[in-house]
Amino acid sequence: MSPVVKLLAQRIALGLLLLFLVSILIFVGTIILPGDVAQSILGQSATPEALANLRRDLGLNDPPVTRYFNWLFGVLQGDLGTALTSGQDIATQIGARLGNTLFLAFWAAVISVPLAIFLGLLAVRYRDRWPDKLISGVTLASISVPEFVIAYVLIFFVAVKLRWGVSVATINDSMSLGDKLYAIALPVAVLTLVVLAHMMRMTRAAILNVMQSAYIETAELKGLTMFTIIRRHAFPNSIAPIVNVVMLNLAYLVVGVVVIEVVFVYPGMGQYLVDHVSKRDVPVVQACGLIFAAVYIGLNLVADVVSILTNPRLRHPK
Amino acid sequence: MRIPLAALIGLFFTALFFLTAIFAPWIAPYGMAEVVSRDIWAPSSAEFLLGTDNLGRDLLSRMIYGGRTTIFIATAATILSFTTGSVLGFLAAVVGGWVDQVLSRFVDLLMSIPSLIFALVVLSVMPVTVPVLIVVMGLLDSTRVYRLARAVAVDINVMDYVEAAKLRGEGRGWIIFREILPNALSPLVAEMGLRFIFMVLFVSTLSFLGLGVQPPMADWGGLVKENADGIVYGIGAALYPAIAIATLAISVNLVADWVLNRTTSLKGGRGG
Repeated sequence: MSPVVKLLAQRIALGLLLLFLVSILIFVGTIILPGDVAQSILGQSATPEALANLRRDLGLNDPPVTRYFNWLFGVLQGDLGTALTSGQDIATQIGARLGNTLFLAFWAAVISVPLAIFLGLLAVRYRDRWPDKLISGVTLASISVPEFVIAYVLIFFVAVKLRWGVSVATINDSMSLGDKLYAIALPVAVLTLVVLAHMMRMTRAAILNVMQSAYIETAELKGLTMFTIIRRHAFPNSIAPIVNVVMLNLAYLVVGVVVIEVVFVYPGMGQYLVDHVSKRDVPVVQACGLIFAAVYIGLNLVADVVSILTNPRLRHPK
Repeated sequence: MRIPLAALIGLFFTALFFLTAIFAPWIAPYGMAEVVSRDIWAPSSAEFLLGTDNLGRDLLSRMIYGGRTTIFIATAATILSFTTGSVLGFLAAVVGGWVDQVLSRFVDLLMSIPSLIFALVVLSVMPVTVPVLIVVMGLLDSTRVYRLARAVAVDINVMDYVEAAKLRGEGRGWIIFREILPNALSPLVAEMGLRFIFMVLFVSTLSFLGLGVQPPMADWGGLVKENADGIVYGIGAALYPAIAIATLAISVNLVADWVLNRTTSLKGGRGG
């Protein structure tokens, strides 16, 4: 077996193992802790009989291992259980919202990824001169500011004072793509600002790292033109670090989405999760937590797979 | 020693915020949850410097008390995160073997999901109180401190003076607290500022989502949430706490950046 295939198989197996362990962690996190689901649904004034009935109905009297495997096999078959508060099927609810969240994250990624790479290159090109310093300064500021702060500042000045864009991003299936894009313009702008800073900073570091290596210096000393150096030497070696940067930031976007959806009252997964955490609807929280974790682990996995595939040392084994 | 201007500005604001937090009851013109006006979101005036909030309370007083809550929780969580993370990290480095394996793999697992998501899962079953918040945030974040502390300690553990201490027959406690800790302190302290910022942002985000500090207690994230409805009417009350969070985070960042540069250049100067 070639080393690439072996490494890939190992990495994918590790990702699956990680996901399995995370599912245990999420499940254990919600049963081992000293809270009681039945108590939180019925409140402090519930009678002991009512509590006992609810516990039996929810299967809380089964041993934890049985409950975990019942839950896991359900999840594997696409059955995420029913929400405690509304009695609705969680998979159907999530199905509608997951698409909305991905729509938002997709457009944020489409705008921020090329922009971040371009600005990162610009910062490298004008290293230690004013464009680089300006970019670093803005980056430092935006890394220190939570997502919802950027969001409200934008809503206040852009949507309310200037009347461009809308502050509540409601979308539904009957809207045209243009209307949808107009509705999500502000949340996409905020998400772009949030990930742009990280992505640019990391792209800059990744490219600088490549440009300062010995083989680039050798190529320069050989008298190759700048273009050839970039095409033959710098670019192939930059793919892996840049893809890594992009994937890490898309993973970061997954978390940013949670807060942004709440700010803009956007009908996505993040808002669904936050709503049900305050309602203490554990099955919904477990399902959403697992999906967010799966996306996060998946993106990290893709980053590693790309860096394995683009590593020439692995493609041409001695 | 010359302190760069950026770091000076950072130090000034950081000190200002901490002093305001400590002396909040003496500085705030009104009580934390005291309804002082019948007008909600009244504009700023001589009586109420930043105007009133969504229930007619003095916004400046809420901001001052809110800063106290936010800074207190962030500081406590940072301390918890550092003690747990560095003790376990040093232990893993010194003892090695299965202790190191178990701790490190468990940390890998915790870090494979975003802290916010894990915090939300845990908070869906735990009562949301200040001690619970501090413990949840501190323990989740200690994973990052653990990794740093372990990496630093692994390097120090092979130094000659540690070998000498081991040959002298010193116990693990001595090695950890008398040999490794003093030498690992400077990189850890530089990291502390960054962890503190992360805690401020973390607790503010949780409170903003309604899953952190509960009203009527004030904290900056919660203040943004309470006053957010005013934004669409062009009332900027929610922007003051939002800007306070940003200013504190940027100031601490400027100081941490400077400390980080100083410690790394110090290392370089020693030839290490």
